[in-house]
Amino acid sequence: MSIRDIVAQINAGQTTARALVEDALKKARDAEEYHALLSLTEERALARADEIDARIKAGEQVGVLAGVPFVVKDNFLAFGAPTTAASKILENFNAPVQATVVEKLEQAGAICIGKSNLDAFAHGGSTENSAFGVTHNAVDKTKVAGGSSGGSAVVTALDIVPFALGSDTGGSIRQPASFNGVFGMKPTYGMSSRYGVVAMASSTDVMGCFAKSADDIALIESVMAGQDPKDMTTLPDYFAPLAEAPADLKIGLVKEAMTDDVDPEVRRATEQYAEKLRAAGHTVDEVSLPSVKHSLAIYYIVVPAEVSSNLARYDGIRFGRRAEGVQTLGELYGRSRDEGFVTENKRRIMIGSYVLSSGFFDAYYQQAQKARTVLINEFNGLFDQYDLLLMPTAPTPAFGIGENTEDPVKMYLSDVMTVPMSLAGLPAISAPAGTSESGLPIGVQLVGPMKADALVIAPAGQMEEHNY
Amino acid sequence: MSTITTNDVRHLAQLSNLQLSDDEITNLQTDLANILDYINQLNELDTTGIEPTYQVTGLENVWRDDVVDTSTVARDELLALAPDQADNSIKVPRVLA
Repeated sequence: MSIRDIVAQINAGQTTARALVEDALKKARDAEEYHALLSLTEERALARADEIDARIKAGEQVGVLAGVPFVVKDNFLAFGAPTTAASKILENFNAPVQATVVEKLEQAGAICIGKSNLDAFAHGGSTENSAFGVTHNAVDKTKVAGGSSGGSAVVTALDIVPFALGSDTGGSIRQPASFNGVFGMKPTYGMSSRYGVVAMASSTDVMGCFAKSADDIALIESVMAGQDPKDMTTLPDYFAPLAEAPADLKIGLVKEAMTDDVDPEVRRATEQYAEKLRAAGHTVDEVSLPSVKHSLAIYYIVVPAEVSSNLARYDGIRFGRRAEGVQTLGELYGRSRDEGFVTENKRRIMIGSYVLSSGFFDAYYQQAQKARTVLINEFNGLFDQYDLLLMPTAPTPAFGIGENTEDPVKMYLSDVMTVPMSLAGLPAISAPAGTSESGLPIGVQLVGPMKADALVIAPAGQMEEHNY
Repeated sequence: MSTITTNDVRHLAQLSNLQLSDDEITNLQTDLANILDYINQLNELDTTGIEPTYQVTGLENVWRDDVVDTSTVARDELLALAPDQADNSIKVPRVLA
């Protein structure tokens, strides 16, 4: 059922917010074996449901999401349970404020019922880097959920809630969406506020959502979008969902994302998606984006640099976990951080320290930011001729749990298709595009120029009618 | 293969305020070398005359009025988050060994 239909039923008195929240909580408990959730915010959720039901009964217009339960990734500050970022250092951190986007969704009547698992501090592509255990794929429990927003993808795929929030720094919404067969949206950089979300890489972090249809994605993004005085990088609200996809779109299929390195089943699914777009009257041509091959190297310089700065605040002094039995301040910092971070956090912080250190700054950080300009120029050149770009979301379907944990570079390669848009700040949706022969979901991305968020969502919705 | 010595790892750990165990240093030495090998591919790219991009939407400084905003978190709430406090202050161990 669509989110609009759920809200209509609540407003018509056919169901209640309490019934929906209780149902979601029950489903969450029944699905514990997936380990998609780190906490439930049961008490607060039920109290909010009763309050919303009372307001509806009194004839009030509560909002476009009246009574709809949702889940937030546990790096969003939200009331009702600690905000851990799946790390030991924030294990008992009770946020004094809520993220702006959580506040906006609540003002529209939505009810947060729990907080989902992630790679600690959103560092990873499989949710295996959580300090609190791995999340299992919704379709095949021996496979990873993807990441870093793996828990949110799985709760959406399992129908525990109609939508869930994630953050996407280099693919952390889109890749798990593709691995679990749901829609996942990474908006334009600055479309919605980052305030109150644990910062990873401030120049690419965006907040988005998972849902079961493109229409639901559009509805949730429309509530999340807009300028926030607490995040100076937010853009004035420009997001206006389209009722239907425009006719005759010109779409470029990126050939560098269709090489022999990409799983043949993923390529086939992408080609079939292109065929269906053509059948709906759009044009799909092969195009070239040569810098795709450099994107991952750019990303793994720029992002660790920003990570090393953003994670400097976790020092065991002002908030979070402090190491015990330390004698000096230096020991307090060093031990609190060593005990509080997972290995992948340490790798990224140290690579960041390396590329920013004197003597290496020009060779790595500066060079990467110049290469980023080259990538952006290539995107701009393509968008002079094409409305949208099409490419797979990930080079493979979900891989096995434990398969890539020994080799960090191999793990990074699962981000190869998603990081280019993050570096350029572009909107991209991952849409389901069928399954592999073994039944694992495959996703494709529709990518647009800056602020074309509504335009990337519309054809993804149009394709839903084509048997996906 | 990138060369990164145990001492390099110790130096990076110090810059990063991480007190690593000897096992961690050994493992991170391999991991960091592999990651550096991968990102070193950017050296091949000619970026002469290209300006770097640090911020993608072209924003520059965004100013707000210089007034105290008391609408968000109170001082007491923030202090309460600290693991150790006394007398309206956060307690820390001595700075010098």
